[in-house]
Amino acid sequence: MTTDTTELTTSVRERRALFRSDATQKLLAFAGLIALFVVFSLASPNFFKFDNIIGILLATAVNGVLALGVTFIIVTAGIDLSVGTVMTLSAVMSGVFVTFWGLPIPLGILAGLATGALAGFVNGIAISKMKIPPFIATLGMMMMAKGLALVISGAKPIYFNDTPAFRQMAMGSLIGRVIPGFEVPNAVFILFGAAIIANLILTKTVLGRYTVALGSNEEATRLSGVNVDAWKTAVYALGGAFSGLGGVLMAARLNSAQPALGAGYELDAIAAVVIGGTSLSGGEGTILGTVIGAFIISVLTNGLRILSVPQEWQMVVTGAIVILAVYADIIRRRNQ
Amino acid sequence: MSSQQTPIVEMRNIHKRFGAVQALRGVDLELYPGEILGLVGDNAAGKSTLMKVLSGAYLPNEGDILLHGQPAHIANPEDSRRLGIEMVYQDFALCNNLDVAANVFLGREVVRWRLGSLRWMNKRTMEQRARTMLDRLRIDISSVRLRVENLSGGQRQAVAIGRAIAFDAKVIIMDEPTAALSVAAIDKVLDLISSLREHGASIIIISHRLEDIFRIGDRVAVLRQGRKVADRPVAGDIHEFREQVVAYMVGARDDYGSENDGENGAVRSPSPVNA
Repeated sequence: MTTDTTELTTSVRERRALFRSDATQKLLAFAGLIALFVVFSLASPNFFKFDNIIGILLATAVNGVLALGVTFIIVTAGIDLSVGTVMTLSAVMSGVFVTFWGLPIPLGILAGLATGALAGFVNGIAISKMKIPPFIATLGMMMMAKGLALVISGAKPIYFNDTPAFRQMAMGSLIGRVIPGFEVPNAVFILFGAAIIANLILTKTVLGRYTVALGSNEEATRLSGVNVDAWKTAVYALGGAFSGLGGVLMAARLNSAQPALGAGYELDAIAAVVIGGTSLSGGEGTILGTVIGAFIISVLTNGLRILSVPQEWQMVVTGAIVILAVYADIIRRRNQ
Repeated sequence: MSSQQTPIVEMRNIHKRFGAVQALRGVDLELYPGEILGLVGDNAAGKSTLMKVLSGAYLPNEGDILLHGQPAHIANPEDSRRLGIEMVYQDFALCNNLDVAANVFLGREVVRWRLGSLRWMNKRTMEQRARTMLDRLRIDISSVRLRVENLSGGQRQAVAIGRAIAFDAKVIIMDEPTAALSVAAIDKVLDLISSLREHGASIIIISHRLEDIFRIGDRVAVLRQGRKVADRPVAGDIHEFREQVVAYMVGARDDYGSENDGENGAVRSPSPVNA
């Protein structure tokens, strides 16, 4: 297809395409994270301290886990507005299992994960079978989950006071026992573990491949003999399971399921995904990028608070960064 | 082709409506083993629609499909692929964000192990096989890890064709396989199609390029406004052939006349919009 003279330039172009396929945005996000670290460290002596870093890591755990699930959904060119309140509903269900019914803690954790997965499954059915746009379907689920969380809990927090091990699961530090003084809470490692699992699913399994394929060209995927509806439902259920894990972590961190909490978390999660370079038009996204994006949001929130910037302004800054991240993505596409 | 043989594909009385538009009005079409059939017609004649019914992309409103003389149930692309029917779509139907190997194996990934719906892919095997396939077809792509979005139009077409023929399909449908190609590349593709027939595949080609069908086709079927108006062997010289086919395409000739089609006689809209 190429003549001899153009062959060289073609292969150079192809090689460059191989290299830069999706590395640019991740690099940019990572550089941004480092830059934020440097700026805040210089601006305040209180920023780069062990306790503060732990605080940042811990604050990232819940949002990070939610963002992992949202990554899959946005890569299919969908959206999930229900992650925040599904997280809450999952936390409440864990509370019902552990505190109300006195069941073992692992069952309570399982209940949280299953609640999230079920909510995601319902989202998936609404979107794939009933052809409801993801924005509307998950908006409905957002309200349903919020309402259900309030109904089931009686609109009151469910405490885990009788089961201190539940809180210890996330807030205790296994590594602190091995390395004294290095008291990094388990929740941080749970986030990293979940991120590794998410990355393996996205890059190594058929589910991950179809996640990208759906976002890239849904019709072509269907014509290739893929049962598009079933796999899309599976993606939403997987995303829901991550919300469920977020709910369990949230409940453990607060030692309670707070039914009124949760709305607004979906926006932070979506912001983390977008900052991490996942394209809202689908087909493109990485787990590493999402984790970096989640850290950028936490570092920003933490750093600005340390610098005594009012919370209102923190929101303005985060919002501006989301817009910049999407703009960077658009510029990158235009140059390709 | 000898008509005593059982057709490998037989489509009977296929009707397809899109809302008020009658895209197919009772089309019969046979494909015989080892045959290359050209399917031609003006825009909106129903060629692509008919082939998408065969590939499972569309469900017909009426009509039957028989494979090897046996009724076949094709409800979706998965069914038709399983029955050995592959289609190369005019827009290639590739995922631009995925690499070449992923596109070749889309829908039939090689799996290392599975646990319920969790299926671990064997990427290396898929990449090696995709490489072998590209080399066999002499397709000039430096790496199977290149994303489709970084390929030229001709390379994309090559990937789409390669994907359809890499799995020993018995019936291969190609919708305008030469539309995006240079003259040199067209020769290559036509040779490739001829060699596929030698390997036992039966092929249907939709094309606007009548000279391509004349060169490699055994038989030509002409559609016009959702009906088959001609079905005859490719014969004579190119000028004669072109003249005849065009006469059928524009409605100047019609072998199947108005004697059938009674049920639709009343609703003959001047020109179906969609095909």
